[in-house]
Parts: sequence; C-alpha cells; structure tokens
Amino acid sequence: MELLQDAFQYYINNQSFFWNATRQHLVLSSFAMVISLLIALPIGIWIAKRTGIAQVVINIFNAFRVVPSLAILFLALPYLGLGFFPSLIALTVLAFPPVLINTYTGIRGVDAFTIEAATGMGMTKTQVMTKIEIPLAIPAIVTGIRIASVEVISSATLASFIGGGGLGDFITRGFALYDVPIMLVGAIPVALLALSSESFWSLFLRRYQVPEN
Amino acid sequence: MSNEMISSTADTNILPVSESGEIVFERVSKSFTTNTNPAVDQVSVKIPAGDLVVLLGPSGCGKTTLLKMVNRLYEPDSGKIWMGGKEIHTLPVNELRRQIGYVIQQVGLFPHMTIQKNISIVPHLLGWEEKQIIDRLEMLMQLIGLPVSYLPRYPRQLSGGEQQRVGLARALAADPEILLMDEPFAAVDAINRERLQSELIDLHGKLNKTILFVTHDVEEAFRLATKIIVMRAGKLVQYGTPLELVTQPENEFIEDLLGSSNILRKLSLVNVNSILKARKNQSIFTGGSQPVERPGTVLHPEDDLRSVVSLLLCSGRDSLPVKDSENHLLGTVGYSDLREMLISNLPSE
Repeated sequence: MELLQDAFQYYINNQSFFWNATRQHLVLSSFAMVISLLIALPIGIWIAKRTGIAQVVINIFNAFRVVPSLAILFLALPYLGLGFFPSLIALTVLAFPPVLINTYTGIRGVDAFTIEAATGMGMTKTQVMTKIEIPLAIPAIVTGIRIASVEVISSATLASFIGGGGLGDFITRGFALYDVPIMLVGAIPVALLALSSESFWSLFLRRYQVPEN
Repeated sequence: MSNEMISSTADTNILPVSESGEIVFERVSKSFTTNTNPAVDQVSVKIPAGDLVVLLGPSGCGKTTLLKMVNRLYEPDSGKIWMGGKEIHTLPVNELRRQIGYVIQQVGLFPHMTIQKNISIVPHLLGWEEKQIIDRLEMLMQLIGLPVSYLPRYPRQLSGGEQQRVGLARALAADPEILLMDEPFAAVDAINRERLQSELIDLHGKLNKTILFVTHDVEEAFRLATKIIVMRAGKLVQYGTPLELVTQPENEFIEDLLGSSNILRKLSLVNVNSILKARKNQSIFTGGSQPVERPGTVLHPEDDLRSVVSLLLCSGRDSLPVKDSENHLLGTVGYSDLREMLISNLPSE
C-alpha cells in the first residue's frame, strides 16, 4: 500500500513527464499497429488464395516471432540507431505475425460451400472476397489485431532501452535507482493500457458477432 | 402394348423450337486430373423446359459434375451445353450464373447476412431497384411460407428446414427459368425432408421452372421427378419417367438400384399421378367416367402405389377415386392398373 502511495506521490510530482511518456507510448504503439495492419492485412488476404506462397511467407514471419522483442530492438540498433524510429520498426515487425496469420487462416477458414454458393450465384471474384470472405473472416482477423495490440503495448516499454521513450522510461529509471514506486508509475499504466485495448477489441467482436438464436 | 405407348410418348417431347428453360447436353465429357476415368463421359441429354428432372446415381457417378457444368462451376473438356437455344459459353460467365437459380447441399446461406440480404443478392447484382426488390421479397416469403418478420433475422436463428426454404427463395429471387439443386435436402432430418419435397413438388407445379435436381436417394428421386436420369461411372444409363424406369429398366444396374426383385418396393417408388399421366398419354383415359361418388377412402396423386395396395385391401374395393387437394376427382386407380404395370415388367423369357 505504501508503495502505491509513494508511486502516486511520484506521479503528482512528475505529471508533465508522465503524460508526455504516456503520449509517446500511445503514439509508438498505435503507429506500429497501423503500419503493420497496412502491410500485414493485404499480404494475408493476398496469400489466402495462394497456398504455395503462403507457407513461405508465414514461415518467414513466424521466424520473426521466435526472436524476442528485446532482441529485435537491439538488432535494429546498429542499423537504425537510437530513438523513436528504430523502436517503431521493431514494434511493427512484432505485430506482423498475429495479424498476418489470423487474416490468412480466417479467410482460409470460410466454408467452401459458402464460397461455392456465392460463385454459383454469379458474384465476381472480387465480390466474393469483399462481400463474403473478408466479412466472415473478421472475427479471426480482429482476434489477431487484439493479440498484436496487447503485445505491442507491453513491448513498447522496451523501447526505452534504445531511447524510444514511452512509459518504459519510468521502469528503466526505477530499475536503475532501485526504486519500486517509480517502476510502478510505468508498469501500472502499461498494464491498464494493455487491458483496455484487449477489452476494446473484445467488445468490438461481440458487437460484430451475429446473434445466436 | 403399353411398352410401345410409353416409348412413343417420350419422343413427342422433343420440340422443334427450344424454349428458354430447356437444357441440352451434347456429348459432354469432363475429366479431373486426379482420376484417369472421366467424371462425365459423352453425355447427351435433353431436358425439356418446365420439367423437374432428377440426376440419380451412386456417389462419384458424375451427377454433380454434370450439374455444375450448367452454371460453369466446372468447364466441360468436350461437348456443348445449350440453355434455351443458346450455347452457354457464348454468355459471360457471371451473367449466365445470375440467370440460373442455384441451391446447394449445405444451404450455403451467408451467415453474416440477414435473410433479406441473402435473398436479395442476385437482384442486387442485376441492379434491380430497391422498390422492386422489396416487392419480390414479400412475394417470395409468401411462396415459401415464411412470415415477413423473418427478413431481419440471421440464418442461424432459423431451423434447418426454414434455412433450406430461404435457400430456395434466394435461388428464385431473380425469377430464373432454370433451377439447379445439388442434394439440397441431404442434411435435413427425415420428417422435414418429406415436407420440403412436397413443397418443392407444389412449387414446381406453380412456377413452371425447369429444375435439375441431384440426389443419390432413390425414394427422393422417384417422389420428385417428372423424369429421371440415372448415371453410373460418368455415363448416362437410362433417362425416363419414374414409371418407365420401374416398368422397363434398361439393365441390371437399374434393377438393382430400384430393388426391382421386390414388388412392394417397386410399387413404393411409383405414385398415383404417374399412373394417371401414363393413362392420359395412352389416350384411353377412363377416369372421368366414374361419377358415382361414394364416401370413403380417397387416393391422392402423390400417394405411392404401395399404400394404394394397402388402401385397396382395407377398403375391399377393386378401385378407388383419386382427388387432388382441392377435392377435384382426377380419376380412379385400382387393381387392374397395378396388374397391368407389373405385367408389363415381366422378364422376357
């Protein structure tokens, strides 16, 4: 309890620093998400109809997944230097696999009979994709986005290590000073952000889902 | 005697001018790379406009392949298919498909669209006006016997039988001349299946569409069909009315398929209506000359001959009147008809 009080006190004393860090954290995470969606969604849709290429692409992105996010940050360091930009790249790469794989499996998972019915009724390939396959894959795609966003928000704390800023700054500072309350000022908001992103996408999915019975 | 009669009537069906609902297959073949034997092998057949023709055969006989070549989900390797006098490859593929109603086994309703959206897909694709679509929707719901209040619901909120009705309404949405139905009732339970079959017979009578219906279920085929195409290993084995198939099976395969050694089974495949129709074709229609209307057992056109036998036995009469749903007398059917039908099928020794 005392720890929390100390943490709150630290927040009161460093309000502008805290809100600046939060803003950085959000900008970093959301930019990373938007960029990875812009790239991974079209690729996922494109490879869904090309099984041969799909395996290669998915394996490449899965390989990225095995590399820990911290390692990606430090791997980016020698090439991209310090600061916001390399952190953004690292987080974008991190968000790729869940979005890509869920888009791919979501579209592949659409019932073959449904597609045949649509084709047999005279829909063009594009109409089948935009009116049938993508809408039916939305639950899987959004699940991928949900997983990715939680991963990105929590991993964005690591950006602090290479000078990317964000709430991770409090954690690294608290760690260096051996001061737990300072660490909490970073850790608690990150946890809350991750949880609220998770609930936002869950709610979105529930609203999208077709009512049962 | 009756043999000659029946085969001669089959020939008169060939019309000089093709109607828009007519489908003609001309030496159509199709092979799949995975199999050395052709899936469809040199099939030539003419499906008259307005008939309900069932493609019957064991799985893998090519019946579905033949069906899917009509809306070009499969392309034939050789041969030609004509629809209403037009070779189907002269039309753009999506334009062709929008002119053909298509109902598939798993219903294939789009789960993320309401019933209204599902049914109005093809009218939308054809660019109908909203007002026209709404009118059509109301008419179709009435036709399939579902309340208009179902329109905003989703397919999952409907029972299997209701979903299948919606599937039929969707296929009929743009008023096509031709309906293709690929084992549409296979996934429906037995009670609902029978109900859907009767409704399809009714609907076919009302709408005068050409229906090509695929099934492996012999009972279903005989219940629905005005004509049956029996296929085996990609080849057309026999094409004829249910009565013709039962009385003059082309070969042992057909006999086995129908279980022809069992007389009661055979009787169960033919209904009262085919007897009346065959008699009409022989132009010795005597049914009307039975004005005496006694209360008691009445036959219906869709009753199978097996139940006719039991009704005849129970009533103790030699023949019974046939009446339609509006209680009009259509004729009489009795022991003599059954005997004649069975005699015509005696093995020629």
